[in-house]
Amino acid sequence: MRTDFAFVGVMIVSAALLMGVTLLAASFLRPKKPNTAKLSTYECGMETVGDTWVQFRVNYYILALVFVLFDIEAILLFPIAVAFNALPLFAVLNVVLFILVLLAALLYAWRKGALDWE
Amino acid sequence: MNVADLETVLPFLLLATGGVALLLVDLAVPQARKSLTGWLAFVVALAAGVSALALVSGKTMKGFAGMVQADAFAYFADVLLCVVAALVILLSLRYHTARGLMRGEFYPLLLLSLSGMSLAVHAADLLVVFLAIELLSIPLYVLSGFARPRLESEEAALKYFLTGAFASGFLVYGVALIYGASGTTALGDLRAALLDNPALTSDALLMAGLALVMVGLLFKIAAVPFHFWAPDVYEGAPTTVTAFMATATKAAAFLALMRVVAGFAALSPSLAQPFEVADALRPMLALIAAITMIVGNVTALAQQNVKRMLAYSSIAHAGYALAGVASGDATAVLFYLAAYAFATLAAFVVLIAVGSTEGNEDHRYEAYAGLGRRAPLLGVIMALAMFSLIGIPPTAGFVGKYFLFRAVVASDLTWLAVIGVLTSALSAAFYLRVLMVLFMREPETAPEAEPAALAADAPRMVAAYVSAAAVLLIGVFPSAVLALLTGGELVALVR
Repeated sequence: MRTDFAFVGVMIVSAALLMGVTLLAASFLRPKKPNTAKLSTYECGMETVGDTWVQFRVNYYILALVFVLFDIEAILLFPIAVAFNALPLFAVLNVVLFILVLLAALLYAWRKGALDWE
Repeated sequence: MNVADLETVLPFLLLATGGVALLLVDLAVPQARKSLTGWLAFVVALAAGVSALALVSGKTMKGFAGMVQADAFAYFADVLLCVVAALVILLSLRYHTARGLMRGEFYPLLLLSLSGMSLAVHAADLLVVFLAIELLSIPLYVLSGFARPRLESEEAALKYFLTGAFASGFLVYGVALIYGASGTTALGDLRAALLDNPALTSDALLMAGLALVMVGLLFKIAAVPFHFWAPDVYEGAPTTVTAFMATATKAAAFLALMRVVAGFAALSPSLAQPFEVADALRPMLALIAAITMIVGNVTALAQQNVKRMLAYSSIAHAGYALAGVASGDATAVLFYLAAYAFATLAAFVVLIAVGSTEGNEDHRYEAYAGLGRRAPLLGVIMALAMFSLIGIPPTAGFVGKYFLFRAVVASDLTWLAVIGVLTSALSAAFYLRVLMVLFMREPETAPEAEPAALAADAPRMVAAYVSAAAVLLIGVFPSAVLALLTGGELVALVR
């Protein structure tokens, strides 16, 4: 049992080494020719106009919360979809129960107006 | 999994499905009639309590591949928790209307938290303990911030959430270390793993894991030095939520703690005989119990606010019950928790009555001046509660402390019992101060609340009578009450 933790340690060390060595090697090998365009903050799309510290509608957060909930539901349903042929009846009922509970939460959020945008 | 598994956690299932269903039902309840949601939650809590009462037997059943366990210990706890929650619901109906808190989510959240408590007392695996503690905590974080936008309430919610999440981290990390050292998270198997490999008992990894699990659980029961959140949260949260946290949450966390302590040494806490406390744990539990009793009682002396005093009182009583855990006598601890819960509820009835009738909720001692003479009924209930919390016969607190200290002395921790008795004597100073203010002090300004209004609300008065009657009945007929709850199994012990 104790040695199992050694594997975790080996993985942490090797992950750190992999990243460190790659970045270090890249910084030695790459050419360095900075200019203004290259040093500007890079974002996809348009350059921002004005201050980015603006207030967002609070609806964003609630909507994002509901989204994350169903994101996680999808992830949890994937392994069940893969093993669907081999599942006993009780396991299927458990999954249905899981979806029903989330459905109840969605109904609640819906009725409370979390999905309305105005 | 089969149907018999479901039976082992029937009260939990009733509460959880009831809570989720009530959340949906509440959507159809118009704002003016939110007390209907409250009454439905009351029915669900009572139904769960009755189901636990019907299932009480001497048998021990395991369910869900050994993750949960049903025995007399768990069912007795279920009954206690459900009754306390039902009384809190009765208390909250009028209070929430008066304070503008009548939002329907309160009752489903209360039921979900209660379901977590029920699961905690049925836990037979460290992971279920963790899951249950989270399930009972998360609704409580929301509930303590329920009086939003009152600043104290928001502060309470944030403080409780941040420190509570931190404590949960300790708990789950401790479970991971225990699993790493012993290869199991099942409480019953820990004992077997220790017997197979005696070197484990002094294993640093296992001890570190156990210490972390203890930190997580001692935080939930607000034992010193993990108590700093309690006074602020108890004071800031709506008074009904404080009443719930001080009684049901504390009891549930204690019972989960006993499951862990007993699972580490023997198989499970039994009502028939004291469980064995591991040598590694006993001095630690005894020391924390002693510090908690001393710090809780001494700090309560200095309080100027009745609600805050009751918070420190709850810390002090966690110390007494922890002494019982160190002695390994589950019956004494359960009995003490029941006695403490009803006395504390009776005290909160008076606080909630004041909070329901006055424009500003003010729990300073001065605000209570002369209340006992204006509303004698509430005065008498408060007197009963205070006498029971001190431990004066013929109240439940006396019997509870008697059994508890007897168990502590029987397990060779006489010094701990001496500290307990001395701090109990000390506690009389601040409990009696409440009565002094209630009966012997004239109010400085004209009292705002009508005496008639204080004793008017019928559900609240029912809760008041039930908790006061419980304090008296447990105090006068302890063996009869225990026999009623556990089908006669305990009578021999109590006599």
